[in-house]
Amino acid sequence: MDFKFAPAPESADIADIKATYGLFIDGKFVKATGGKTFTTYNPANSKHLAKIADASAADTVKALKAAQSAGQGVWKKMSGAERGKYLFRIARMIQERARELAVAESLDGGKPIRESRDFDVPMAAAHFFYYAGWADKLEYAFPGANPAPLGVVAQIVPWNFPLLMAAWKIAPALACGNTVVLKPAEQTSLTALKLAEIIQDCDLPPGVVNVVTGGPEVGKSLVNSDIPAKIAFTGSTEVGKYIQKQVAGTDKHLTLELGGKAAHIVLEDAALNQAVEGVVNGIFFNQGHVCCAGSRLLLQESIADGFIEKLKKRMRTLVVGDPLDKNTDIGAINNKEQFKRIQHFINSGKEEGLTVFQCPTKLPDNGYFIAPTLLLNAAQSSRVVQEEIFGPVLSIQTFRTVDEAIEKANNVSYGLSAGVWSEKGSRIFNITRQLNAGVVWANTYNKFDPASPFGGYKESGFGREGGVHGLHAYLKINI
Amino acid sequence: MIKWVPIDQSAVDDRIARITARSIKGALKTDLLKLAVSMTDLTTLEGKDTAGKVMQLCRKALQPSSLVSVPPVAAVCVYPSHVKTAVQALTHSSVKVASVATGFPSGNTSLKIKCDETKRAVGDGAQEVDMVISRGKFLAGEYAYVTDEIAAIKNACGRARLKVILETGELGTLEHVRLASDLAIAAGADFIKTSTGKIQPAATLPVTFVMLEAIAEHYDKTGRQVGMKPAGGISTSKQALHYLTLVYEVLGQRWLTNEWFRFGASSLVNDLVLQMHKQQLGTYYNRDKISID
Repeated sequence: MDFKFAPAPESADIADIKATYGLFIDGKFVKATGGKTFTTYNPANSKHLAKIADASAADTVKALKAAQSAGQGVWKKMSGAERGKYLFRIARMIQERARELAVAESLDGGKPIRESRDFDVPMAAAHFFYYAGWADKLEYAFPGANPAPLGVVAQIVPWNFPLLMAAWKIAPALACGNTVVLKPAEQTSLTALKLAEIIQDCDLPPGVVNVVTGGPEVGKSLVNSDIPAKIAFTGSTEVGKYIQKQVAGTDKHLTLELGGKAAHIVLEDAALNQAVEGVVNGIFFNQGHVCCAGSRLLLQESIADGFIEKLKKRMRTLVVGDPLDKNTDIGAINNKEQFKRIQHFINSGKEEGLTVFQCPTKLPDNGYFIAPTLLLNAAQSSRVVQEEIFGPVLSIQTFRTVDEAIEKANNVSYGLSAGVWSEKGSRIFNITRQLNAGVVWANTYNKFDPASPFGGYKESGFGREGGVHGLHAYLKINI
Repeated sequence: MIKWVPIDQSAVDDRIARITARSIKGALKTDLLKLAVSMTDLTTLEGKDTAGKVMQLCRKALQPSSLVSVPPVAAVCVYPSHVKTAVQALTHSSVKVASVATGFPSGNTSLKIKCDETKRAVGDGAQEVDMVISRGKFLAGEYAYVTDEIAAIKNACGRARLKVILETGELGTLEHVRLASDLAIAAGADFIKTSTGKIQPAATLPVTFVMLEAIAEHYDKTGRQVGMKPAGGISTSKQALHYLTLVYEVLGQRWLTNEWFRFGASSLVNDLVLQMHKQQLGTYYNRDKISID
C-alpha cells in the first residue's frame, strides 16, 4: 500500500469571481477615469482571474473627497453604538461568505486553502467583531481624554494577507469614527473588492469606505494628497521609508508596519519535538510571506544537530502544491517578482558557502513554487541572516549561552517579532524582556488575537494594531 | 538512563489539528479502511464474558463481513480464562489470540501472581500478552519498580509478544505518558498501548502522538521497531483514518502493517465495514446489515 493523498481540491467556482471589477467609490462600483485596467493572476498556474480598474489620480481624489464628505456628513455624527451595528453586520457577512472569500483568497494569492479557510477569513471576521464592541466604549478606553476621530484615513495593505490586513485596518478606523480609502496590493485586490461588496450589501453610508485599486502610483497619490489625516501602511521597509519622508513636515498621522527578520530561539531545555512544530509553523506559514515569520532559527549548540534532523524529518511530511487542495501545507509563491527574489536569496546563501537543504518534493510544473528550504551553518554576517527574504527559507545559526542568543537576536535592523522555546518560566521572562521586538511568543509561534496589539521596533515600523492600542492609532486624544 | 522529556501541550494540539484537517479520500481511503480492519484487535473484556460470546467474537474476527471482501482482523483480545476457547476457535487462521494479564485492569497484585497469570495465558496458547503497568508505583516515582516489573513479565512471556498498557488516562500529563513509554520500551515492550478501555479518557490522538514520538526516537537511536496500539474510544472510521495518518507522518510507511500497529476496539470494525460498503456502492447500507458482534 502506498500512502498517497488523493487530490482533494475546493472548487474554484465557489470564489464566484467576476470578469471585471471597478473601483469602490462613494458606495458604488465605478470604472476608472480613462478606463484603464490591469489583470490579476493565479500564481499557482499563471492563469488570468479578472480585470481590475486601475485608478487614476482623479479617482483617488474622488475617493478621498467621498470619504471626507461621508465623514463630515454622517459617520462622525453617528453614535458609537450605531457604528458598532454596521461593524457587527460586516463581521457576520464575512462569516456568511467565508467559503467564497477563502477560495478567492487562495486563488488570487496562492496560499493554501487550509490557511485561508481556518485563519485568514475567520480572523478577519474576528477583528470586525472585536472593534464593533469598542465603537461605543471609546470613552472607557481613554477615560477623560475626549477621544475623537482623526478624519479621512488612507490605508495601504500588502499582498500577503489581503483580506485580513484590510480588516485589521478598516475595523478600528471605522469603530473610531474615521472614514477610509483603502488601497489593496495590485497582486491581490480581489478579496478587498469582495469586502467592498459586503460593505455595500451592509448599507454602510456611501463614502465611509472606499477601495481604490492599482499600482504604486495610486498609493503615492493617496500619501501625497492633502485630504487624509492619517496614513496607515503595512508593507516593505523601503516603501515605508518613502512614505515617512513624504509625510514629514505635514500634520498627517502615520503608522507603519514593515518588514521583519525574527529570531526563533530554541534553548536546550525546551520541549524539542514541539519546538520543531513551532519552527515549522513560524517559517512555512503562508509560504513564509509573513512579516513576523520566524526566519532566523537560533539553536543552542548542545541540541543543534538532533534538532536539525528532527526538523528535516518533519519537513518531509509537508505537502507542497495546489493551494486549493485541502491537504496542501505550502502553496504557491504569491508573484513572479517575489519568486525570483527568494531564489536570488537562496543562491546568495549558496555563494556565501551555506549548506542548502530542500525537501525532495515534486513541485507542480506550472506556477511559482519553492520547496521548504533550510540554510544551514549561517552566521550573523550572512546576508540571508540580515535581510528579509519573505519566503519559505529558514537560516539556522547556533549559540552557546543565553546572552549570546539575545545579542544575536537583536543584531538586525528589524524588530517586529521573536520566539523563545524553554521549559523554564524564569528563563523565558529573562530573555523576552531583553528582545527588541514588538511581539514575542514563548513556546508557540504565529498566534494572533484581535485583542492583542501587534507592531514593531526599529525598521519594522511604529504604531500598534489590535487591542486597545489599535484604537489609539485612529483617535485624537487630549490628555 | 531514562531522561525526562518535556512536552508542550499546545504545540501537540496544533499538530493534531493539522492531522485531523487532512482529507483522506479515493483509493487511499479504500486501502486504509481495509488496512484498519486487518489491524484491529477485536476485544471483549467484560465480567460477563462466556465461552459462547468469545466463540462468536472469533467468528467475527475471521470474517468481519459476509457482504464485502474484508481481511480478517489482527487478533482477538480476551481475559486469560478464555484463551483456550479463542485458541480453539482460531486454529489454522492468521488471527492471533491476545490475552490481557497481570491483574488487568488495575494491576494491583503481586509480581508473582502477575508472572504466573502471564505464563498460564501463554501456556494456554496466547500469542500476545497485554499487560498493565503499576500506575500507583509510577505516580509515586518508583520508576525502577515499574521497569523491572515489565522486564519480568516480558521474561514470563517467552516467545509471546508483549503489549504494555500505560493507562494514559490515569497518568495525568503528556510528560508522564512519554516517560512511561520510554520506560516500557527500555524494559523490552514489543508494543506500547494507551489504555485498558476501563478508564476515561482512553486513547486520544495527542497521547498517541506522544507515544509515537517515543517509538520514533527509540528507532532512530537503536534501530529496534516497537509497535503501537491505541485502545478504547476509537469507534468510527474517520477516527481510524486520523490515527493512520498520524502513524504515517510520525513513523512512516514501515509501521503501517498489523505487525506494528493495532487498534484495540470492539465496535470499530462495524463502522469500517459500513464505510467499505459505502466506498463500493456509493451509498450507505442499512446499519442492521452489519453484524453487531
